[in-house]
Amino acid sequence: MTRILGSTAIVVALALAVYGAVAAVVGVRRRDGALIRSSQAAAYANCGLLTLATLAMVYALLTHDFSISYVAQVGSRATPTFFTIISLWSALEGSILFWGFVLSVYTASVVYFTRGRLGSLGSYALATLHAVGIFFYLLLTGVANPFGAVFPVPADGPGPNPLLQNHPLMAVHPPFLYVGYVGMTVPFAFAIGALISGRLDDVWLKATRRWTMTAWIFLSLAIVAGMWWSYEVLGWGGYWAWDPVENASFMPWLTATAFLHSVMVQERRGMLRVWNLTLIIATFLLTILGTFLTRSGILSSVHAFANGPIGYYFLGFIALVLLVSLVLLAGRSAELKTAGHLDRLASREFTFLINNLLLSAFCFTVLLGTLFPLVAEAVRGVKVSVGGPFFNRMSLPIIVTLLFLLGVGPALPWRGAGADVLGRRLLPAAVAAGVVAALALALRVPSFYAVLAFAFAAFALVSNVQEFVTGARARMRAHGESAPRALLRLIGANRRRYGGYIAHLGVLAVATGIAASAAYRFEREVTLKPGQTVTVRGYTVRFDGLWAKDEPQRFVVGADIAALDARGRPYRTLTPRLNFYRNGGEPITTPAVRTRLDDDLYINLLAFERDGSSATVHVIVEPLVAWIWIGGLIVALGAAIGTIPTGARVRSRKVVRV
Amino acid sequence: MNWKRSLVAAAAVVPVVGLFYYGMGQDPKAIPSPLPGRPAPPFALNAMGTADTVRLADLKGQVVVLNFWASWCLACRSEHEVLREAAARYGPRGVRFYGVLYNDTPENGAAYIAEMGGQSYPTLLDPQTRTAIDYGLYGVPETFIIGPDGRVVYKQVGPVTPETFTRYVDPLLGKREAAR
Repeated sequence: MTRILGSTAIVVALALAVYGAVAAVVGVRRRDGALIRSSQAAAYANCGLLTLATLAMVYALLTHDFSISYVAQVGSRATPTFFTIISLWSALEGSILFWGFVLSVYTASVVYFTRGRLGSLGSYALATLHAVGIFFYLLLTGVANPFGAVFPVPADGPGPNPLLQNHPLMAVHPPFLYVGYVGMTVPFAFAIGALISGRLDDVWLKATRRWTMTAWIFLSLAIVAGMWWSYEVLGWGGYWAWDPVENASFMPWLTATAFLHSVMVQERRGMLRVWNLTLIIATFLLTILGTFLTRSGILSSVHAFANGPIGYYFLGFIALVLLVSLVLLAGRSAELKTAGHLDRLASREFTFLINNLLLSAFCFTVLLGTLFPLVAEAVRGVKVSVGGPFFNRMSLPIIVTLLFLLGVGPALPWRGAGADVLGRRLLPAAVAAGVVAALALALRVPSFYAVLAFAFAAFALVSNVQEFVTGARARMRAHGESAPRALLRLIGANRRRYGGYIAHLGVLAVATGIAASAAYRFEREVTLKPGQTVTVRGYTVRFDGLWAKDEPQRFVVGADIAALDARGRPYRTLTPRLNFYRNGGEPITTPAVRTRLDDDLYINLLAFERDGSSATVHVIVEPLVAWIWIGGLIVALGAAIGTIPTGARVRSRKVVRV
Repeated sequence: MNWKRSLVAAAAVVPVVGLFYYGMGQDPKAIPSPLPGRPAPPFALNAMGTADTVRLADLKGQVVVLNFWASWCLACRSEHEVLREAAARYGPRGVRFYGVLYNDTPENGAAYIAEMGGQSYPTLLDPQTRTAIDYGLYGVPETFIIGPDGRVVYKQVGPVTPETFTRYVDPLLGKREAAR
């Protein structure tokens, strides 16, 4: 029954998406309002249908309905309820279903918020959204059908991939990533709508700004959550490994970040119109590419799902999107030529231009490193692997330059400033950078790039904070407000600008956390007998013994490790664990992490003697790791402030009058 | 719309899609081994459940099939039947089959063989997985086919299939039998 409900909903949604795409286009051509409205109704209906199908799947998972193929694949009676629900996205079919659900919600929301206001641009955008929907619903009715019939019905299933049921962050990272990825479909659809309808002015940009921001916030959070998950589960004390799929989530983030900055140049100066269209199309393509890379088995990665014919569908879709986008962009490029030009090098728009070039170069580097093994095999027939050293060498100069620009940008006015203004504005930041650099050199920070990163982070920190200070001071003088009130009013009145600066502060926290934890990592791998201690970077820990616990879905072995204070007394017990899942071969680690703002003590259980006579542990001490997670939240908070609609501003003005 | 420009831009799709299409046909996990064509690393290992020591050096002149496996390895279960049939078919023609137990206890190995309905050829014990390291083992199962000259002819990563033998063992036997 659940099976029929779910699969019928998807088939109907597919039919409605086809109808909606055609009706929107024909409706615009014939100026038939009724047809366009029916296409909008199809978007609402699809939102309901996909919600129904997704709920049906969750219900099937919860009731262990093993007659449904997806449940038989990832379900298990032994899996805890929480992980049973989130196993919705733990394998291919379920994740595509979730994707389709998110897309249908976005499509319906776009219709709700823009209906009737954007004319042909809106209708072509709606047609594009329906068309993308067709692709995903087609997958769901065919190669990625989660509602397949299983006969005879098995009594139990294997449960989800052990790695994906070992940490609650699995409830955050994948759905946020999908909400971010899928959200990029909206600006893409409007870009295509603008190109087809020929309405190439700023309307499409303004209509999609909040959508892009929302998607970007979720994508940012998803990337940080993914780093955190990798840190808390994989047990090597790191958070980023330049894995092809990490790269796949990072590349659209880079192009989207470039886009968020370059749209301001178009809004202010009318320049970079082709560039903005290209960036947003590239962002969408990179989200699909990321999905393709994980689901086609084309590259080797920890994230790779089982491969199958679905890769060819994605390839076909990529080819189609690329073809349509390139044909439209090239065909319209003459009409997109703009009159604006750069007045001065020392101007806000010029820093945005450099920022865009760097972000694109960064994206290209990551793309090159990710796909190089494939190119090398195709051209020279050799197997190569591109690892961390390549990415680090290529990206570190770009990252430190971006940090520098992050400090320069806010200080420079639009259209440029003279040297005196510049000197005055940047002097405090430059002093801070000098002090930090001298300090870092005196403390013998081991890496040149870490020194630069700390110095430029200080530079950018002062420069960005200065914007708040200057603005708040002006308000305090003009309105006689107290400092905190002036600061809040300042941010409230210019949400987009100051939200952006807050996001900058978050980026600085992330960069500092990464630079510090990479430059100052101390670790030891030791085998300890009960009572023996090991000391790493001032932390002494003692192995107290092993314990074991039998759970329905796994067998857990843990080590009690006491952290000792200066007098040798234990003040805290850490329990790194090894989890032996019934459905998996390799044990999954659960490192014990004691997180503090200044540093993390990270202990991973590597091996043990069955009789409890010894345990081999990996003890790592890394500074400032927590600032990566905090910084990610600050970035999201700043971007969210920049996204809040102006309706709220009107209300706050009223309060001022009272 | 300037359709001439569009056409030029459309051509850019071809290499990108071509590259991915090529990649789809490749196995990213396939790792080339430097061993084929080179002399097989020598070993002297105790055969499980016996006091015998098997030395590769003693097997010169014969075709050897060396299959690394473990009781905890699921893919090994699926290839067990293929190996048994191959041993039954090629054993009488002089091909020597050996299993090598990888990262496992002899008790578990013996229990596994009993559970799978027995195996006609001996399994060798590899303490500290030294032989596995010599052979550059990436995981189990892996199977090496060693020619009469003591050189590795072929390395199979993952379960063997009947074709593995018809493709790589038959030509070796053909050469040897023709030489007689």
